[in-house]
Amino acid sequence: MKNNNLQYRHLKEKFVFSILGLTLLAAVGILGLIIYFIFSKGIGVVDLEFLTQMPTNGMTEGGILPALLGSFYLVSGSILFAAPLGVFAAIYMTEYADKSKTLRMIRIGVNNLAGVPSVVFGLFGLSVFVKFFNFGVSILSGSLTLGIVILPTIIRASEEALMAVPDEYRHASLALGITKWETIKRVVLPASIPGIITGCILGVGRVAGETAPIIFTAATFYTANLPTSVFDEAMALPYHIYALVTAGTSPKQVPLAYGTAVVLLFLVISINLVATLIRNHYGRLND
Amino acid sequence: MRKSFEHQLEDLNQDLLKLGSMVEERIHKAITALKNKNDELAQQVVENDDEIDDYQMEIEQECINLTALQQPVAKDLRRINMVSKMATDLERIADLAQNIAEIALELSASDYVKPLVDLPKMGEIAQEMIHDALDAFVNSNADKAKEVAQRDSKINDLDEQILRELLTYMVEDPKTVQQSNDLIFVSRYLERIGDHVTNICEDIVYIITAERVSY
Amino acid sequence: MMENETKTIEIKDLDFYYGDFQALENVTFDIPENKVTALIGPSGCGKSTFLRTINRMNDLIDGTRVDGDVIVEGDDIYKDEIDVVELRKEVGMVFQEPNPFPKSIYDNIAYGPRAHGITDTEKLDEIVENSLKHAALWDEVDDRLDQSAIGISGGQQQRLCIARALAVDPDILLMDEPTSALDPVATAKIEDLIDDLKEEYTIVIVTHSMQQAARISDYTAFFLMGEVIEHGPTQKIFEKPENQKTEDYITGRFG
Repeated sequence: MKNNNLQYRHLKEKFVFSILGLTLLAAVGILGLIIYFIFSKGIGVVDLEFLTQMPTNGMTEGGILPALLGSFYLVSGSILFAAPLGVFAAIYMTEYADKSKTLRMIRIGVNNLAGVPSVVFGLFGLSVFVKFFNFGVSILSGSLTLGIVILPTIIRASEEALMAVPDEYRHASLALGITKWETIKRVVLPASIPGIITGCILGVGRVAGETAPIIFTAATFYTANLPTSVFDEAMALPYHIYALVTAGTSPKQVPLAYGTAVVLLFLVISINLVATLIRNHYGRLND
Repeated sequence: MRKSFEHQLEDLNQDLLKLGSMVEERIHKAITALKNKNDELAQQVVENDDEIDDYQMEIEQECINLTALQQPVAKDLRRINMVSKMATDLERIADLAQNIAEIALELSASDYVKPLVDLPKMGEIAQEMIHDALDAFVNSNADKAKEVAQRDSKINDLDEQILRELLTYMVEDPKTVQQSNDLIFVSRYLERIGDHVTNICEDIVYIITAERVSY
Repeated sequence: MMENETKTIEIKDLDFYYGDFQALENVTFDIPENKVTALIGPSGCGKSTFLRTINRMNDLIDGTRVDGDVIVEGDDIYKDEIDVVELRKEVGMVFQEPNPFPKSIYDNIAYGPRAHGITDTEKLDEIVENSLKHAALWDEVDDRLDQSAIGISGGQQQRLCIARALAVDPDILLMDEPTSALDPVATAKIEDLIDDLKEEYTIVIVTHSMQQAARISDYTAFFLMGEVIEHGPTQKIFEKPENQKTEDYITGRFG
């Protein structure tokens, strides 16, 4: 009797674990499938020339250099804009603001900002940066728009990193007769910088793949010249894929699109990997 | 480790030694006064007894403080308790020396039936015992403490010898009864001093070995 | 009782509130210079709260309120014109759990002086060495000042925290159960250190251990339900306390 019961329980356990295992396998499988699909279709065209040459012959041949560079400028610009803003906002929210209703409202607002569809940011960028500030369709407008897209990510990551710094450090410093700002500068920020950097890098990974926010603000279908100033329009990897596929005049363009996707995917995965490595590295040090 | 506690224990040792040497001096003075009919010396012993009492109480208070504030255990606990007890024994010895000095004052007017030889000898032995016992205490030398305790038998032997001798004097000449009786008391006081020193030796052995011995 | 001693801290009619809860009531006593004053009492009796009124660390908690006077070296520290930052330079604090910064041993000690504007390397070296020597830690760490302070033992960390407090040259040291996270050997080292430090500093220590208070302090204040039941020389408190509640507490017959 007892034994039967035991066997039954074991069987049930096994069944549940199997189901859970299968679900996990499915998720990983789908991811693997995507990567395999993209790589198998696109890896053939990726070589050094593909990365370092201008597109030629009506974008049916040649490389993706301008899109690669354009993405690089846009992402760098967005981080330069969003990181300081996000970090300072997070410092204010965690260290200075009263734990009041207003702060809760602001936090809810920031979280909601993260959920806004990215095309809406694109429209916002168009009306504010392109039109109102008259920056035109440019790297500047695109960077600022992308910056706003990742601002919530950076604020939340920074907030969490700051809150993870034990209060003991703050108290120890304040008890030495050191001002709050000096305490933040000398103890809290250094201790939270790995978390903040990780957040920023994850943000970079996200905006590198964003298409909608730059369609109206920065990206151009094709340009023969590399950008020379922040007021130039630029090509970008995700939009380049979109352009290649939708233009659809030549069947030669489809492998090029997959090749571009391979590069983009590779970049995003690498960036996330770096973020993970940094986090693990500092995680170990702080233990 | 526990530096201040160590210092306080060291102070306690020093205080006990001081008390010991004060008591030694007292015996010496009392016996000398008796032997040389020195009233002045005897008077000193009688009058300065308060000094010893105060010092003994001071040591006792130190022991109470250390017990209350330092939570002594093991050897420290034995030491502090025994020092308190040893101080009491020393104080009793001083009282006995005072009794001897009082007799010295009484007898100073009359001539002794014979020169005092054995009583001063007993006094000397008792003094040495105190001195050596405290030496054993300071050096944590249990063997020496045991050896000192053995010397008490010499004092006991002398005490009996003196008793017998003085009894013969008393039988021979009733006029000596008063004086002989007084000297028998002195002998008895010195014998009791020997017993107190033996107690002290037993306490020292207990501090060092944690074993109770009795001689 | 303290006629011959200089009062470093005077507390007069001190009340303290967390919101509506009154944590301290009518606390009045003096803390003499260059002595160790121990604060004892059961958990929640207000002894830690009281300690934190002396360097105004309670200010960090929202919704607290103070009535009465805390006079440190002649200044009422709850007056408006008092600069809390300056106050905390004079009144150092050591916490219950050792809390070194995740920096090197050297940087931990140099932290305070640097933040207060000292940049001269030689001067910093000197401060670091002196502070570590004062905290009886120099001999144990002088060959690895550049190593992380997180890597040394708990007892060493706590002495490091004491050294860190000494580095900004305070007059008063507050200690909030500084040995409660340490083993007996490390505790004995800290207690020896406290005994040495009182030559130069006034020390106020909160301790859970009555035995510790007995061992290391010159004066003891017994707190109960936010009130000081008895205050006096430690020897008197532990040998002939005046108040029955004090006696019940120190003899373990409380409640």
